Order: sequence, then C-alpha cells, then structure tokens
Amino acid sequence: MIDYIQKPWPWYVAGPIIGLMIPVLLLIGNKSLGISSSLRHICAACLPAKIPFFQYNWKKEAWNLFFVAGVLLGGYIAANLLTPVGYEVQVNAKLLTELQQYGIIHHESLLPQDIFNWSSLLTLKGFLLMIVGGFLVGFGTRYAGGCTSGHAIMGLSNLQWPSLVATCCFMAGGFIMANLIMPIILKL
Amino acid sequence: MPNKETNTDFEVRSLDTICINASELKHPWWYNFKYVLAGTLFGIVLTKAEVISWFRIQEMFRLQSFHMFGVIGSAIFVGAVSIWIIKKYKIKTMYGEEIDLHPKSFNKGQVIGGLLFGFGWAMTGACPGPLFAQIGTGTTVIIITLLSAIAGTWVYGLIREKLPH
Repeated sequence: MIDYIQKPWPWYVAGPIIGLMIPVLLLIGNKSLGISSSLRHICAACLPAKIPFFQYNWKKEAWNLFFVAGVLLGGYIAANLLTPVGYEVQVNAKLLTELQQYGIIHHESLLPQDIFNWSSLLTLKGFLLMIVGGFLVGFGTRYAGGCTSGHAIMGLSNLQWPSLVATCCFMAGGFIMANLIMPIILKL
Repeated sequence: MPNKETNTDFEVRSLDTICINASELKHPWWYNFKYVLAGTLFGIVLTKAEVISWFRIQEMFRLQSFHMFGVIGSAIFVGAVSIWIIKKYKIKTMYGEEIDLHPKSFNKGQVIGGLLFGFGWAMTGACPGPLFAQIGTGTTVIIITLLSAIAGTWVYGLIREKLPH
C-alpha cells in the first residue's frame, strides 16, 4: 500500500480525486473550486491602494486563502513524507535529449534545478522564466477571470462555454510558448 | 441598494469564475480549517501526480505525454457528473443551504488573458495552484514567482479599465 502511495500517481487516480474536490467544496460550504482568486484576495488584503478592483470584503472570501495554505502544506507532505529517497522524475526521452542541449541535466525534482534556483534568478533566462512567467500567470488568469481550476475544471464541469473558450486559449498560449518561444529562451 | 456599477461585491461574483462565495451563513473563523484540509488533499494529489512538474507541463504542450490530458480530462468528467447529480437531486450543503452555481459570461479577457496565462504556464510550469504546492515541496525560489504573480494580478487591477473586455 505505502509502495503505491509513494510512486507517482497515475492520471486515472489523480484526475478523479481532483474532480471530487468540486462536490467536496460545494457540500462543505457552497464554494466553487478556484485558486487564482486567492492572488486577488492577497492584493485586496495587503495593497488595495484605492484601486476599485480591490475594494471588496476580502474577509468574506478568506476560505480561499485557507485553501491555498492547505495546498502549500500538501506539497510539503507529499514531497517529504510520501516520496521515496532517490526519486527521479521520469521524463520523455526526446524531451530529455533536447533539454540536455540547453544545460538542463538534472531531473531529480519536479522542477529542473538547473534553472529554478536562487542563483539563476538574476540571469536573463531565470528572470524570464520565473519572474516574467510568474507575472503572466497572475495577470493572465485575472484577465481571463480564472485559471485551470476555476475555468478548465470547475467551469467545464458546469458546462460553461466561456470557460471552454478560456481553456482553449490557455492551451493555445502554452503550445505557442513551449514549441516556438521556449527553445529561444532556453538557449539564452 | 447598490447597483451593478457601484457594488464591487457583485462584481467579484460576476466577473470572476472563482471569487464566488454564495454562502450567506456566518461561521466563526476557525470553520475555515476544513478548507485547509481540503487544500492539503488537493496539494498532495497535485504533487504526487506530478501535475506541478515543469517537465510534465512541457510534455503536455509538446504532445509528448498523455498524462496531463488524462488528469484534466478525468477531473472534468468526475466534476461534471458530480454537478449533474447535485443539480438533479437538488442536494444541499452540510448546513442545509441550497447549492449555488453561477453561470460565466463571456468577455474578450478569456481570449487575451487566456493566451497570456498560457504563456506563463509553459514558462513556469505552473498554474496558480501548483505555485503554492511547488513552494511546499521545498523549491523556495518559487516564492519569487508567486510574488510576481501577485504583482501581475495587482497590475491587472490597476489598468483593467483601459483593457478591452
């Protein structure tokens, strides 16, 4: 049993559990699954700066901040208690060969440690991937009115066609970036 | 009675998919700990299924693996069946409230913002949920990525009147 928990979970286990988050949140408090709004609540709580978009009672939405605190805790538990020593991420062979050309050799953790570390933060590559990338995630999700959880999973489960448009655009943006622009960034 | 234009709380609900808090019940703050539990389960699944892995995201966008499509597809399937059951049998919350599901209205942000988020997703290998989980796994530099995402949300709030919607 513990063996199965420690191995990476297959999609047909993980996907249904993620899907079940929707009825769980609805039943325990009438809440719709969504993560990116937590970023907005943090803005409203910490730096509203008289911007109308941040003038609302964020305390009423505090559940969302408790939820993301749980997600962080879950990441800690999974990595430290539920992952065996000497674990390596299995990466598609073709991708791995390509990444090696860009100096990405290590794949012992979920993020390539060759790029995602403190010392590369101020290199051009690290700056683009971590800081510009992060900015686009925060700006884009709010502009789109939701992220993968709020639009792709919650919105599509509730058969909302605007969420289908949003999800297609998330995917299109990802395809363009990963196939056309990332090779240029990774060469830097 | 505030109208649509002046009531920002209404706007929180109408424009955003997720800033929906239909519950009118007042509970002590520590009731929120049940959401920490739910979030913890969510974080464990995201991490153990490697959904938060930069490598898995690259594979998804390069069509080199079925894994992420399987995760998202089966999550939507289970979510859709759950919502269908909730609607059909008019199931109520554990406090006896009627479950409130809000329709989403279309605006250009879903296209432009969606594309911009897609770029960021491929670059960081994370959507907002995984950012929190990645920090939890011990890649502490992602704190900077998360702060940058918060800054992105803030700048959106600052200039949103000037953006096409």
